[in-house]
Amino acid sequence: MKSRDAPRPSLEDRTVELARWTDDRFGVAKIGKTALNKIFPDHWSFLLGEIAMYTFVILIITGIFLTLFFVPSTHEVIYHGSYLPLRGQRVSEAYQSTVDISLNVRAGLVMRQMHHWAADIFAAAVVVHLCRIFFTGAFRRPRELNYMIGLTMLILVIVNGFIGYSLPDDQISGAGLRIAFSIFLSLPIIGTWGAFLLWGGNFPGNGDIIPRFYSLHILIIPAVIAGLLVAHLGIMWHQKHTDFPGKEKTNRTVVGSSFWPTYVAKTTGYFFIIFAGLALLGGLFQINPIWLYGSYEPFKVSYAVQPDWYMGWLDGALRIMPAWETQFAGRYLISAPFYPAVVLPGLTFTALYMWPFIEARFTKENRMEHHLLDRPRDRPVRTGLGVGVLSFYVMLFLASSTDVLANTLRVSLNGVLWTFRIGTPTIPIVVGLATYQICKELSRAPGAGLRKRSNVVVRSAEGGYTTVPANIRPGDFEGEPPPESLPEEAVPRGAMGDRRRRPDEGGEEVGVGVDRTEATAVTPPRRFGGFFRPWHRPAGNS
Amino acid sequence: MSPGGEDEIGSDHMSTGGENPGGDNPGGAGSTSTGSGAATATAVEDIRLEIPVQRPRRAENFVALCFVVSVLATIGLAITYSLGGQVQAEGALLGLGLGGMGVGVAAWGKYLMPQGPFVEDRHELPKPESDRRAFGAAFSRGSVAVERRGFLGKLLGAAIGVFSIVGIFPFLRSLYNPRPGNALDFTFFRRGSRLVRIDGRPVMADDVDVGGVLTVFPEGHAGDAVSQTLLIRASSVPITTLPGRETWSPHGYLAYSKLCTHAGCPVSLYQQQVQQLLCPCHQSVFTLLNGARPIFGPAPRLLPQLPIMDNGDGFLRAQSDFQEPVGPGFWERNTSTTLNPPKTAAGQ
Ligand code: FES
Repeated sequence: MKSRDAPRPSLEDRTVELARWTDDRFGVAKIGKTALNKIFPDHWSFLLGEIAMYTFVILIITGIFLTLFFVPSTHEVIYHGSYLPLRGQRVSEAYQSTVDISLNVRAGLVMRQMHHWAADIFAAAVVVHLCRIFFTGAFRRPRELNYMIGLTMLILVIVNGFIGYSLPDDQISGAGLRIAFSIFLSLPIIGTWGAFLLWGGNFPGNGDIIPRFYSLHILIIPAVIAGLLVAHLGIMWHQKHTDFPGKEKTNRTVVGSSFWPTYVAKTTGYFFIIFAGLALLGGLFQINPIWLYGSYEPFKVSYAVQPDWYMGWLDGALRIMPAWETQFAGRYLISAPFYPAVVLPGLTFTALYMWPFIEARFTKENRMEHHLLDRPRDRPVRTGLGVGVLSFYVMLFLASSTDVLANTLRVSLNGVLWTFRIGTPTIPIVVGLATYQICKELSRAPGAGLRKRSNVVVRSAEGGYTTVPANIRPGDFEGEPPPESLPEEAVPRGAMGDRRRRPDEGGEEVGVGVDRTEATAVTPPRRFGGFFRPWHRPAGNS
Repeated sequence: MSPGGEDEIGSDHMSTGGENPGGDNPGGAGSTSTGSGAATATAVEDIRLEIPVQRPRRAENFVALCFVVSVLATIGLAITYSLGGQVQAEGALLGLGLGGMGVGVAAWGKYLMPQGPFVEDRHELPKPESDRRAFGAAFSRGSVAVERRGFLGKLLGAAIGVFSIVGIFPFLRSLYNPRPGNALDFTFFRRGSRLVRIDGRPVMADDVDVGGVLTVFPEGHAGDAVSQTLLIRASSVPITTLPGRETWSPHGYLAYSKLCTHAGCPVSLYQQQVQQLLCPCHQSVFTLLNGARPIFGPAPRLLPQLPIMDNGDGFLRAQSDFQEPVGPGFWERNTSTTLNPPKTAAGQ
């Protein structure tokens, strides 16, 4: 202890002292320094993965609240609660407790709706994150395995979302379970056994399905997702982020802000913002008002039976599939849901899992590491293919509301169905080819994607008007090197190290882009038939 | 810090200004970090402490405002909650409380904390060849050790294999309750079963008007998910839907399994004018008078028809069970009877 007269050590000294104290005990000085100094790129699209991660955290928080009240049982009781229309009806305990959470538990409805919205947004964030990874080529070596971990999480998110949707045992979720049972049945050889095993007998089973789904939903699948998430982030941390090409951004560097304190502050802020957004959704936008649907009765049906959005593509596929049922060896049957509900998702995820390897086979690019992202337009084949395939799933998703479309557009159901039957396979081809062509054009166009320079209209003393280009603003012509000239990827490490400004060069700090106004001096190379291609503002330096 | 130990491929540190006053060697494997210990002492010049905005006061005020909003909203939330809660108010106040914190902290990070871009070196993921070889050697130690006693390895494999088969079997078996058996082939309808409503009351022949529909079950099994049957009075005189079903429809009653042959949803929308049934799940349409043949949508098979009779006591009864498995298809379904909807019937 220091004497009272000694000046109080500065905050900095005290912090350094804390660091020493920690290092004495854990020996983490080196790792800790590296971690705190770690650079995270600033591009907005890196937020997508964070949205997914934070919605998962919020799902756990709200989910814990719900488990305190939910009763996972299909045991039938007579409803005596506060919601009059249901009084005296036979309902399952699962349904009753969900109605109670919604209407009787204080803040219960907010929590339930936040939980539901969070699940929908979780899946959406994962899908959009996947799109970013796909279209920018971030799945290439060395990140193939992390990409596959991400895909696995996507599957688990979809499955767990469906399971969670089924738990309240309301009329609509029961219809979903009925269809799921039929999809299980359609599996060749093991289908009947699998369905009976999971449900505990012929549909609707002997009441096992809700408790089983419950332990899957709150324990097993979240635990697996959490484990994969840790692996996903650990690998990401170790391999470091990818980044778009840009000024000072090479295949051997990461450019951005440091982890501590800037990134930590921003990302904590984003967590609360996402939490806040979900609270607003949960409070102000009703979702799944199960007390209106009633408890599940297998012989009743609700209108507009539709699943959560991430199952929409499967529902759409079930709807537009022709009535094909194949008899087999005179005695076995491949039933109708097999193609749209088993083969289609199987192919989808197999293709997604295989994609890094398929692409590497064609481009022969896997001999080196890729840390610079592609701009989608510079990869017309991948982008065209991706957008085409994406539009296929969008078509399927839209097809999941054929009845609603027919009603609102006042056309025949038949017409809508055939539109989708024809459009779903053809439109993606058109969309894909068009995207391919647009990418080709864009990657050739001078200044494509560049921030536009505005014009200023000047009024002269005589009253005439003239238009002059606005002054160059800082950052206007900072640039990305044209994609074809990514020399870093081919040049050995030592040589490219030279490209980067060093602290000892010209006595200037390495803080890139600190003085953006001077960066306009960069001369773009002449290419593309003599057009100038002004360099591009680096992504994320806004 | 020991700079000497870090000068290797794979060293993982920043080459940011302030940290490296000593510079580094451009041809080398990476930058050095000679000055990192000293950096703390000269933190004022550390560009990582520079903040990105011209007028920090304004940013500061904004952040402060956010936090104040958050505090007020959260107090409001507490009040709302203690008054009994109200879902919209809870959501909005919770959103404001969290959002104030979120926007405040994010803005703090964005405007009042040192911003990049800073450059960090990537480390080369693959290590030097010598390390890789040593890693491979260490790894292969295990496989060599196993290979030397290959037969033991195989026996261990056998032990594990037998254990998993035997171990998994009871696990799976205990989940089966009951096993499928031929449960999918039958419903609870038997010869003579009275048709009952969901509340168990039997249906009399004159209970349903022409054009009316009713969901019925075999007596004793009201509410059964598999036996549910749609009873439709399509006419006042017996109708024949398909050849061989001449006696199935006393008093113009038709009874079809309610389970859609597509994915098992209850087919419950009866369109009286066109005598069609519509499944709400994927919009399959069945024409009643042709044996419930699917004419639209993904359903592949006719709805199984239940032969019914009136013994003269006024009760409607089943003549037998359905003559084929009801509901969606499954692997073991013997399909010879009705896999292909008899097109010939369409002209009836
Ligand atoms: S379940 Fe009837 S159409 Fe799919």
